Amino acid sequence: MGACHAVSVSLTINGTRHDIASDLDTPLVYVLRDELKLKGTKFGCGLEQCGACAVMVEGKAVLSCVTPVEVFDGKEITTIEGIAETEIGQRVQRAFVEETAAQCGYCTPGLVVAAVALLENTPTPDSETTKRALTPHLCRCGSHPRVLKAIKRATTT
Amino acid sequence: MSFEAYPLVSDWLNAHDDRLLIHTGKVDIGQRISTALIRIVQEELSLPPSRLDIAPVRTGHAPDEGITSGSNSIEQSGRAVAAAAATVRATILDLAVSRHGGAAADWKIDDGFVHRPGTNLRLDLIDLIRDLPPDLPIDPGRPRHVPEQAPLPAMRGIDDMVQGSFTFVHDLDLPSMWHARRISPPHAKATLRDIDQTKIENIEAKGLQIIRDGSFVAVAGAGEWDVVKAATSLGLACTWDQGGGLPETDISAQLAPENAERFRVVDGTPQNGSVPAPLDAPDMSARFERPYQIHGALAPSAALAEWTGDTLLLRSHSQGIYPLRAAIADSLGLTTSQVEITHVPGSGCYGHNGADDAAFEAALIAMARPNTPILLKWSREDEHVWEPFAPAMAVQVDAKLADGRIIAFSAEAYSDTHRGRPRPGPNRAGPAKLLANRFRAIAMDAYVSPPNMGTHAGMHRNLDPAYAFPDKRLVKNLVRGLPHRTSAMRCLGAVANVFAIESSMDEIARQADADPIAFRQAHLDDPRACAVLHELDRRIQARGQLRDGIGRGIAYAQYKNVMTRVGVAVEVAVTDTAEVRLDHAIIVADAGRVIDPLGLTAQLEGGFMQAASWALCEEVRWDRDGIMSRDWDSYPVIRFDNVPVIDVVLLNTSDQPSVGAGEASPGPTVAAIANAIYDCIGLRLRRMPFTADALTQAALEI
Repeated sequence: MGACHAVSVSLTINGTRHDIASDLDTPLVYVLRDELKLKGTKFGCGLEQCGACAVMVEGKAVLSCVTPVEVFDGKEITTIEGIAETEIGQRVQRAFVEETAAQCGYCTPGLVVAAVALLENTPTPDSETTKRALTPHLCRCGSHPRVLKAIKRATTT
Repeated sequence: MSFEAYPLVSDWLNAHDDRLLIHTGKVDIGQRISTALIRIVQEELSLPPSRLDIAPVRTGHAPDEGITSGSNSIEQSGRAVAAAAATVRATILDLAVSRHGGAAADWKIDDGFVHRPGTNLRLDLIDLIRDLPPDLPIDPGRPRHVPEQAPLPAMRGIDDMVQGSFTFVHDLDLPSMWHARRISPPHAKATLRDIDQTKIENIEAKGLQIIRDGSFVAVAGAGEWDVVKAATSLGLACTWDQGGGLPETDISAQLAPENAERFRVVDGTPQNGSVPAPLDAPDMSARFERPYQIHGALAPSAALAEWTGDTLLLRSHSQGIYPLRAAIADSLGLTTSQVEITHVPGSGCYGHNGADDAAFEAALIAMARPNTPILLKWSREDEHVWEPFAPAMAVQVDAKLADGRIIAFSAEAYSDTHRGRPRPGPNRAGPAKLLANRFRAIAMDAYVSPPNMGTHAGMHRNLDPAYAFPDKRLVKNLVRGLPHRTSAMRCLGAVANVFAIESSMDEIARQADADPIAFRQAHLDDPRACAVLHELDRRIQARGQLRDGIGRGIAYAQYKNVMTRVGVAVEVAVTDTAEVRLDHAIIVADAGRVIDPLGLTAQLEGGFMQAASWALCEEVRWDRDGIMSRDWDSYPVIRFDNVPVIDVVLLNTSDQPSVGAGEASPGPTVAAIANAIYDCIGLRLRRMPFTADALTQAALEI
């Protein structure tokens, strides 16, 4: 890493710009959780296999547990803590509560982020499109049917 | 019963500020016990949910209710809390009468107040509770007050969950806290030979600390990512004696009578003495198998520990803080009063996962660095490889028929122990069941559990079919010395047993050319079981003709033979690449009086999805060099692309006691999927998981 010249990364997270002090090779999830104390984004595998760490980067759901923070330099990132800043975000959160679309809740932030990213790009997805968008995400409690119902509810209310 | 050990109202209910705190020893593991307890008290005392809360579940404070397991929470904690609340209701009415006159019937309890209609007397319920004598005993005979309609409480915590503000143990962040990671041996037989000294010096030069006790190795430091990187580099710096490697045992061959300690099972209870001879010339004979499977918690296990020099403070997502406290205190030569464990949620656990082991390991690290809170997190690979597995099982079923009815039925279950939890017991059973104690300098041998002789327990859970067969022969075969550490996973033996029994019922009904539901009903003498199947049939009929290429299977079981009765119907398709696609499911359940219908429905659906994952995807693989199922690619599980529509029907049996349902749907789900596959393509799958490879293999064997 550039020891001879200062390299810095800055991210806009939930609308606020942050100059990042963590090492450039730090995966984004550790920067969010440890440096910025945004604990809503969860660590599940560190292998981009389970979706618990999803955040929204410029409108798309992105897994944050592998890619180093430097790759996100200058990007606008929305985490679960900022997801309610849009009307779609509020709608998805409300639908998850109304359908009780969680059991232990560990996969929930990643699923909410994925659902918001889906609906921002595809306002009325069919069932197959929704399932495809959520397939990178694991839920071990078996809340899947309720999550699918919640997303359907969020598209119709 | 919980309230026999904790007989006072104040053991369960206490006024705290302007709220009523509910004390429980049961912990939320995704099954929503806290929501159900809040509802019980809300109904009894007409308190708004905003004035009710659950006290932190902490040793020394919470009632010791052992382990949160076996779908017992609602019957144990729920019954005690209900009886305490009923006692409070009667006593505060008496208190109001003695202070302000009238008869008890003149007073009403409503919305957090006790008031006397027609007067301006209006007393705050929680103030009255504060005035109750602290030694007021629970009167278990008090009838429960259940209003006809009470608003359903929202699931506790869900607002925080969707906002990312629900705190898991992984999210704790204390001032001056350090992070820690463990260095896993390549497999359970390996011992640490050496660590490259240069690497140690490099890591320590960065201000990190390496903790070593025999073959237990960990690294701790202030920055989490620095610790993760150091753990990787330290792992590469370790050399291990392989100890012959992991045994590449043929488990199926090992699960045989000649390797087993055998018990006849009568009315769900194992008996000492001889085992009856097998059925002579059975008309149906088949063997069913389940591989080793993992709990696979979405969050790898974690714990926060701090050693003050005198007291060990732990926060853990263990299902049993009191047994864990005893095991950790014994392991470290401390008294139990020197160890305090507070439950903090982890992700859903589905049984004995890595939580207890991680708590003990965090304690070992914290003892090496006093006065520093240590947050240890296992990696994904740690959890996949080192959690105690659900044991592999085999079930042999034989049946004799006459006139299209079963006249004799035999089921023999084979497996290693399902009892690996660190409960105290003879020969330091608690410490011996904590993983790190096998690797420390003074290492303990793997614990050999005695056979579980409990009723409907362990491997023989649901071995006894629900049907009134004239002759039943049930045998438990405990096979030990198998390669992997095993313990309790959701449903214990019920998964393999119900899979075997209900697949056999399907097979026999087909042989007899009988309708699968009518065939089962003809062998049942339990009217509530018949009612569940009747409703299942009605719902199936309402779906009309099956589409081409879709097969349907059904199954029925009553969990532990005494809890929730569940009938499941599943419709599946099989793709050109032999993948099983779940299309539609119906779950009909009778759980007695329903306290939290949403929670009950979520448990039944969740049980379906987890069982579908076991049935279609999950199997631990290993070779000499170690466990090969190390992540979600090498151990795939069900995902959103195979989620059916699930209709859940709760039968209204509100005059019957509430029974647990968290483990009621998985057994019938696995069997219904197997039966649906047969209906769809004519292949009888007798070994889980029913993967494309398994279907292809079964087709070749016809």
